[in-house]
Amino acid sequence: MASYSTSEFRSGLKVMLDGDPCTIVENEIVKPGKGQAFNRVKLRNLKTGRTWERTFKSGESVEGADVMDQDMEYLYNDGDFWYFMDPVTYEQHQADKAAVADAAQWLKEQNLCVVTLYNGSPLSVTPPNFVELEIVETDPGVRGDTASGGSKPARLATGATVKVPLFLEQGEVIKVDTRSGDYVGRVKAG
Amino acid sequence: MSTDWKPGADVATLRRRARLLQQTRLFFAERDVLEVETPCLLRSTATDVHLESFSLPDGSHFLQTSPEFAMKRLLAAGSGAIFQLCKCFRSGELSRRHNPEFTMLEWYRPGFSLDALMREVAELVQRLLGISSFSYRSYADVFEEYVGLDPHQASAEELERHARGELDVQASGLNRSDWLDLWMSHRVEPGLSGAVFVYDFPWEQASLSRIERRPGGSRVARRFELFLDGMEIANGYDELCDAGELEQRAQNDCDERQRRGLPPVAPDSKLLDAHRHGLPACCGVALGFDRVLMLATGCEDIDQVLAFSRNRL
Repeated sequence: MASYSTSEFRSGLKVMLDGDPCTIVENEIVKPGKGQAFNRVKLRNLKTGRTWERTFKSGESVEGADVMDQDMEYLYNDGDFWYFMDPVTYEQHQADKAAVADAAQWLKEQNLCVVTLYNGSPLSVTPPNFVELEIVETDPGVRGDTASGGSKPARLATGATVKVPLFLEQGEVIKVDTRSGDYVGRVKAG
Repeated sequence: MSTDWKPGADVATLRRRARLLQQTRLFFAERDVLEVETPCLLRSTATDVHLESFSLPDGSHFLQTSPEFAMKRLLAAGSGAIFQLCKCFRSGELSRRHNPEFTMLEWYRPGFSLDALMREVAELVQRLLGISSFSYRSYADVFEEYVGLDPHQASAEELERHARGELDVQASGLNRSDWLDLWMSHRVEPGLSGAVFVYDFPWEQASLSRIERRPGGSRVARRFELFLDGMEIANGYDELCDAGELEQRAQNDCDERQRRGLPPVAPDSKLLDAHRHGLPACCGVALGFDRVLMLATGCEDIDQVLAFSRNRL
């Protein structure tokens, strides 16, 4: 893997730090007129998700990380692993619980997700921003109540629980924003 | 069609720049300070370890990092008080506050004390930006407030240990002065609000300013920097006049450049000759003109106050 000097730092660059793959979120150069320059860099550890700031002496270099984002179709899970397929090469990848993490609750078969590969193995999974899922469990609907603004919990087919308006019934399909976990709207049947 | 051809500064900002330039020239005309022009393309360049000059491929000429050497030769020749508005060039300096090519206002005042020069800088800034309240604090004072260490006494190891306790730092080969710079840029500068002159720097950062011994034994560099809301605007010196000392410092820079594996820079022999002839006792200051325009317009990025910054070439 190539190494990168601080002058090549830019947001989105993937580098290895303390043995973990990280992405550069922000890079700011500070330099007194005639003094030593530093790069103040905001980083995110791609394994743990932790974000922190590290200062580099300008001119230092770090090793690049073999990390790439790839669109993949979610296939199924067998209890231990979640399986994804590259729709172009049909190559399959298995992701463990640590990689799938919170994304598991949104994974619906055949949905296209972004799988981040590190050294060729799934490191993390990002579900589509919006998914359409069936309500499998919720309190009976309050007929006609589309205006009171009240809400109730509803469990979805993939295991996620979201807050939905009172009028919704079990068996209905709704659209959810996976980034916030918010209910977006009802998907008309048929 | 791409929009890459467009300037970074809007027309109102271009007009503001023109007005600030006029106001600056008027300010110095009122004070009988002579405007001069010196070459951008030079046969020698600054020896400072932290300045990287652009050079011609054959190494015969450099773009100036500041007009300091040429202006000092004019002072030694009896010019009296002089100022210059010019382009300066520093390779590798690119950030929201840096562009490799930028506009510098530099002026020299024979017979002025450092205090008198700080007051004149304040008057100019008041004229250009309408700021009327300035505070004056020693480097030791601000450093102790924001870092909790004595910048004149703390060792490199102490500064490093303290830094590694508070910050995540990846750096090798930093000396005492570099650790001081780290603290200044990470803790002190962001904490300085309003208009603050910081004066009496650690002696290692004297560059071309006079070093004075203080009661208690510490040595301070007689220089100041002006910060406006944490942004460095101006850098002023009680100028070193002693030719022997100047030669020694240039040699120290050259040794340090070699130690760090930086390109060698030969000291400017004509500047040395001018000093041997005699530089009048004087104070001088360089002011980043583009940054003044940033403050005048409220722009956060230097790209917005330049017609075409590096990223638009």
